[in-house]
Amino acid sequence: MPMRLHKELEKMKKMILSLGTMVEERVFMAIRAINEKDPEIAKIIIKSDYEIDNMEVEVEEECLKILALHQPVAVDLRFLIAIIKINNDLERIADEAVNIAKRMEILTQYENLDFAFDFSFMAEKAAAMLKKSLDALVNLDPELAFEVCRLDDEIDKLDYEVYGMVKNTIGKDCEHVEFYISKLLISRYLERIADHATNIAEEVIYLIQGEIIRHGHY
Amino acid sequence: MDAGPKMTIKNLNFYYGNFQALYDISLDIFPNQVTAFIGPSGCGKSTFLRCMNRMNDLISVSRVEGEILLDEKNIYDPAVDVVTLRSRIGMVFQKPNPFPKSIFENVAYGLRVNGIKDKTFIINRVEETLKQAALWDEVEDRLNDSALSLSGGQQQRLCIARALAVRPEVLLMDEPASALDPIATQKIEELIQQLKQSLTIIIVTHNMQQAARVSDITAFFYLGKLIEIDETDMLFTRPQLRQTEDYITGRFG
Repeated sequence: MPMRLHKELEKMKKMILSLGTMVEERVFMAIRAINEKDPEIAKIIIKSDYEIDNMEVEVEEECLKILALHQPVAVDLRFLIAIIKINNDLERIADEAVNIAKRMEILTQYENLDFAFDFSFMAEKAAAMLKKSLDALVNLDPELAFEVCRLDDEIDKLDYEVYGMVKNTIGKDCEHVEFYISKLLISRYLERIADHATNIAEEVIYLIQGEIIRHGHY
Repeated sequence: MDAGPKMTIKNLNFYYGNFQALYDISLDIFPNQVTAFIGPSGCGKSTFLRCMNRMNDLISVSRVEGEILLDEKNIYDPAVDVVTLRSRIGMVFQKPNPFPKSIFENVAYGLRVNGIKDKTFIINRVEETLKQAALWDEVEDRLNDSALSLSGGQQQRLCIARALAVRPEVLLMDEPASALDPIATQKIEELIQQLKQSLTIIIVTHNMQQAARVSDITAFFYLGKLIEIDETDMLFTRPQLRQTEDYITGRFG
């Protein structure tokens, strides 16, 4: 007997997954913007962010409506709470894609400068974490979610590597401070994307197991 | 838990003739807590509640096995006086059932049955109890009116007052708010919260939100068996068993 509530929850799952797909697209576009140094792609990311924002609000309103009208409990309640939080993380990931795009616009002025760090490698890793966290949500797969949590350490290391490189070069090349800061920021934005993907994975674990594993060790 | 259990049920089986209605129920009821029994119709939760003050004694074909202890003494012991037992373990039913007497006499009834004749004592106790049942302000100037002139919600609080007048230690409530509107329901629920300061409450309810709102402990029954019992906040966020989850989320059958 599928109740109205369960139909609503199915609808929410579809909504959050289409938001997830939209956000993934933004992240892939940001990767392309990094790889191809293409200011046009950056512009598209920045211009279309409102779509994500609108969708985020829509998801939240739907969740609030379901909470008020159906008062779900147990797994249904955990599912809705997880959706509300994942919704927020997805929107923030899209914001980070916008931040990257803005930095790429600035970096086009410094085309002949070199920075020996493979940002596309780091970006691919962050994008893979996002994809895995969403797959964990679709398949309710706690193993995959835990894997995402562990992958976060690798991104943190890469971010720290960039920090070291910038620290060492920025003093020697004072004329291009903006260039180095932008590189550092891009690394930080990618690291934030990975953090939000980790949050999503943690929410998936909460949804499945009812345990809050945030701030812990995996 | 700090205190030991107020009531302990050990391996309780209950039969209506050849039909077994309860299977091997064991659980503890702790003092000054509200314990809620939930489960689909026919799961045995009301039968179980009625075992707890021997209301099922009235059904001639019924049979009880196992023990129900109140303060560590078996209430099914042949030496137990059932009238005394029921003044220690009071009961409130689904449908408000005041006697066709005055408001005052409804509350005084249990005292009189227990042989109390002191008028001043009775008057004071009736007032005290009506206040405890959050009804005094609404009836103080009409105590001699018929109880049947009250609204449904007031009648139910009167029935609670009637049960409380003899100062029971445990109050059994069988769907006490299911025949009431939301405002009257809210009053009963508020009342339950106040009453648990001084006594132990067991409530059977079909309304799961109500169980979640008023109880400290929730027990889920299905087909005469106790399936899961846990702290209410745990049972409604993270039940341990699939069967419980399916029931409370409406995925049953």
